Amino acid sequence: MAKPPGEPPPQAVLRGEGQERDLGEHLRRADSPDRPEPPQWGPGQPPFEGFEPEREPRQPQQSEPAPASYRYRGVRRGSQPQEPDQDPSQLQDRRGSVGQTRAPGEAPYQWHSPFQHLSDPRGAEQASSKLQVPEISISQRDVLGQDSDQAPEARQSMYQSYALGLDPYQTQEPKPAYQTHVAGEDPYQADECRRGPYQPHEPGYGLYQSGYSPYNDQIPDPKSRMLAIQNAKAYLLKSSTISGLNLYDHLASVLTKILDEQPTNAVDIIENISKDVKWAQFQKKMDTLRDEHEILPTFEAAEKRKSLFLTANGEGDEELEEEIGETPLPNVMETAFYFEQAGIGLSKDESYHIFLALKKLISVQPIQVCRFWGKILGLEMNYIIAEVQYHEGEEEEETEEEEVIEEGGKGMDEVEDEDEEKEKEDEPPKSTYKPPPVIPEEENGTGANKYVYFVCNEPGKPWVKLPPVTPAQIVCARKIKKFFTGRLDAPVVSFPPFPGNEANYLRAQIARISAGTQVSPIGFYQFVEEEGDEEEEGGGGRDTCEENPDFQPLSVAEMVDSLSTWVHHVQSILKQGRCVWFNPFQKSEEEEEEEEEEEKAEEPDELQQETGPPLLTPLSEDEGIQNIPAWTAQPSTNLIPQHAVAVLQSNRWPGAYAFASGKKFDNIYFGWGHKYSPENHTPALPPPVQAEYPSEPEITETRDPTLEEELAFKAAKEAALAAAEEEEDEEDVEEDEEEDD
Amino acid sequence: MEAASLLAALELVAGGGAGLSPEKRAVLGSSLLLLQRDYRFERVWFWGCIQGVRGAYYIAEGLGPDRAAPRSRLYSLNCVEWSLLPPATKEMVAQAEQLKGRFQGDPSFEYEYTEINAEDSIVVCTPMIKEEARLVATIEQIDRAVGIIPRGAFVKTPLGSVHENRNFEGLSLTEAKKLSSYFHFTEPVNLKNKTLLEKADLDPSTDFLDSLEHDIPQGSWTVQLEKGGTVVVLRSLLWLGLTFYHVPMTKQYGYIYFGSGEKNLDLPFMM
Repeated sequence: MAKPPGEPPPQAVLRGEGQERDLGEHLRRADSPDRPEPPQWGPGQPPFEGFEPEREPRQPQQSEPAPASYRYRGVRRGSQPQEPDQDPSQLQDRRGSVGQTRAPGEAPYQWHSPFQHLSDPRGAEQASSKLQVPEISISQRDVLGQDSDQAPEARQSMYQSYALGLDPYQTQEPKPAYQTHVAGEDPYQADECRRGPYQPHEPGYGLYQSGYSPYNDQIPDPKSRMLAIQNAKAYLLKSSTISGLNLYDHLASVLTKILDEQPTNAVDIIENISKDVKWAQFQKKMDTLRDEHEILPTFEAAEKRKSLFLTANGEGDEELEEEIGETPLPNVMETAFYFEQAGIGLSKDESYHIFLALKKLISVQPIQVCRFWGKILGLEMNYIIAEVQYHEGEEEEETEEEEVIEEGGKGMDEVEDEDEEKEKEDEPPKSTYKPPPVIPEEENGTGANKYVYFVCNEPGKPWVKLPPVTPAQIVCARKIKKFFTGRLDAPVVSFPPFPGNEANYLRAQIARISAGTQVSPIGFYQFVEEEGDEEEEGGGGRDTCEENPDFQPLSVAEMVDSLSTWVHHVQSILKQGRCVWFNPFQKSEEEEEEEEEEEKAEEPDELQQETGPPLLTPLSEDEGIQNIPAWTAQPSTNLIPQHAVAVLQSNRWPGAYAFASGKKFDNIYFGWGHKYSPENHTPALPPPVQAEYPSEPEITETRDPTLEEELAFKAAKEAALAAAEEEEDEEDVEEDEEEDD
Repeated sequence: MEAASLLAALELVAGGGAGLSPEKRAVLGSSLLLLQRDYRFERVWFWGCIQGVRGAYYIAEGLGPDRAAPRSRLYSLNCVEWSLLPPATKEMVAQAEQLKGRFQGDPSFEYEYTEINAEDSIVVCTPMIKEEARLVATIEQIDRAVGIIPRGAFVKTPLGSVHENRNFEGLSLTEAKKLSSYFHFTEPVNLKNKTLLEKADLDPSTDFLDSLEHDIPQGSWTVQLEKGGTVVVLRSLLWLGLTFYHVPMTKQYGYIYFGSGEKNLDLPFMM
């Protein structure tokens, strides 16, 4: 706050002191707006009290606060029904007494104040330096200077002097000061001029320009003044053609709100108050309950993300040495840059957070290779997925875990078998159903379980390792189509029932997407040489490939023109749910049917080569869906082909993309994790209902014999007895007895 | 979404992985402005893009003084030259609903479709539908089904026209997480069917549209807080690719579509 230095002229201070008691009274009466006469200013004071800095520049303009205080009163009344009658007279009253140089309406004062604010400090300086402003203006400024530094009493006294100076009822003293203002290059006058836009709208404005004394209590022409006021009010009451509101009511409710709530520094927030008042009419308070205090989740989330940066800083020193060597951390930002060229990718800050999260993951887990796989959207939360490969030794732990699980499963089967054996004694109808042999899952580091996947919902949240995928899960995942929820432990409610929860489903979908869409430019990978013997078996047996050190990148135009320049570098998953075919009938030579593998069962020795395309098959071999090609290749830009990036978009897995630029390439997936199907999803039908029992003569019901038949039978029997020779009839007798039962 | 705030808005909806390339962003910055000048729109919205197999359609919408009035739609293949699309007719929409499969990316591509006559069996007359017509119909369908705005962002004046609400300051966070705070920005269908009791709480100036609350099927929207809880993102599951964003307590909102232009008819099985 720049306070003009100076000493308070004694008069002002004295006057202030003299009025001190009076002010106290006013303040005490702050809530009695109906009181007539000067004490009414009381209500207007409190806002000023908490508001020295603003007040300071305003001071020299002695007339300012007075209108304000009047306005408060007016508004308070304004909310009462009889207000319209009162109001004009009040206005007039005030104008007559105080602001004669001012505009006629109320509104001008309001609109006016911001200008005054702006101009005041300078104006005040001018007033004090150039003009010989007597008494009041200087004294007030000085008092103010004191007041903001010093005691509230001083402030009070200042207010008093202020009020006093303004109050036309009480004294005419300020008049000379004010007049000099008016006469000189008073900021106030400047304001008046600057008010330009409003002038034409102020009816009767001209009346006040012909120089009569502003402090003249006598109204020169009451009638025309009255008219002017009515005109002004009529203007204010005119309702808007767009919103149907009128300014008068709006101002009234704004002031009501201010006075009801009495905010500190009201002048600072007057625009917002006005806005709030307008907005309030669109917000109905439906109930009287108070809204629960909102705890913003923003802070919690920010805290989590902050931890990413903190660990990065904390461990930075130790890791620096390691990082000079080879780091498994992928350059997420660089990849993001290339994908961005094609309009794919997350926002930059999210990418960076993922970058940091991956770094954190690597620092915790013994990871050899790491890649940002993509993001799968869910209903409640999304999954951010990292694809990693452990160091050699680390995989064993996991395999042990799996075995435990598998054994558990087998154990269950055995128990069931035992039960069945026991039950055999009672001889219930024996089930002829034999479950298809369980196809074992692939070992870690091979096939569909080549990589380990970690997911988290948001960067900063803990990474969770997904369990390895089993063939059964992959087979079932192909038959269902479900949205992910974002919770790994959520059950997958589907038909056919999915073996596992959402974590397994997610893992299965990741395996399918990877197998279908992980592609690289041709020549980037080559087969590992040592596998010559497998090749003899049929070419497709090679299931590993390595980076080709002599890779010669193709030009972008070539990469875009032909899909044969791209190859799959991840093994395709067979119908069985494995990448390497497992013959379930090798050990047990039972010839049970497993529909998918039926043909193969005939030649169980020949392995999978007839089903899956071999590794490093060009994309041009991919089947499209109906007439839709499997892939769409495009350069990222046609305008600058020299620096374009080749971008590949999968049509079978919408959301899977690949880019290639020089030696760099990457794959990424952003989507819902579903395969494209032009036809509607048709869930598998439940199998037909089984027959309850075999239909045999023992069980079939026989017809009851009629009376005639019985009689005939009896007659025959008697005849037979009489004959007593024919043995053949014995059976009939027995039957007869049975029937009688 | 508003063309003027396109760049900032794209960052907010990028959580789904789709966006525009720097080239497209740059060109949209100028071409949409020229669009506004040439067609004398009061507002231009960038609607999004429909991915075809061979190319994408970029779509913009122009708004007149009445924001709820039918919007002019324009499409472009390169974001530079825009062509005005004809208004969608009921016929077009009905025909396009029978088409399946991806867009081709060529406006003059012709689809064949079999018209099924209600009276006898299938009468195989194969009228051709141009992809352009399908495009028009699809945009219309998407706008009608999932074009949404936050409650209070638009007001209906006593004269019946709809304007932006100058006083709209955004939804509070609690409200922003509720589906009832969002409205379909199209002719209301369910509003008239509401009971008197339900209508009692409605404010005719703001609640003149259908809210998302009773969308069919239930749960066809996901509401998520993204960017550390600062943005509310709604994604439609019925039209995968439609993303709506709103920053609570601000005026920033809008929707954009990045998708293949196909309705997700499998939705009931997927929830």
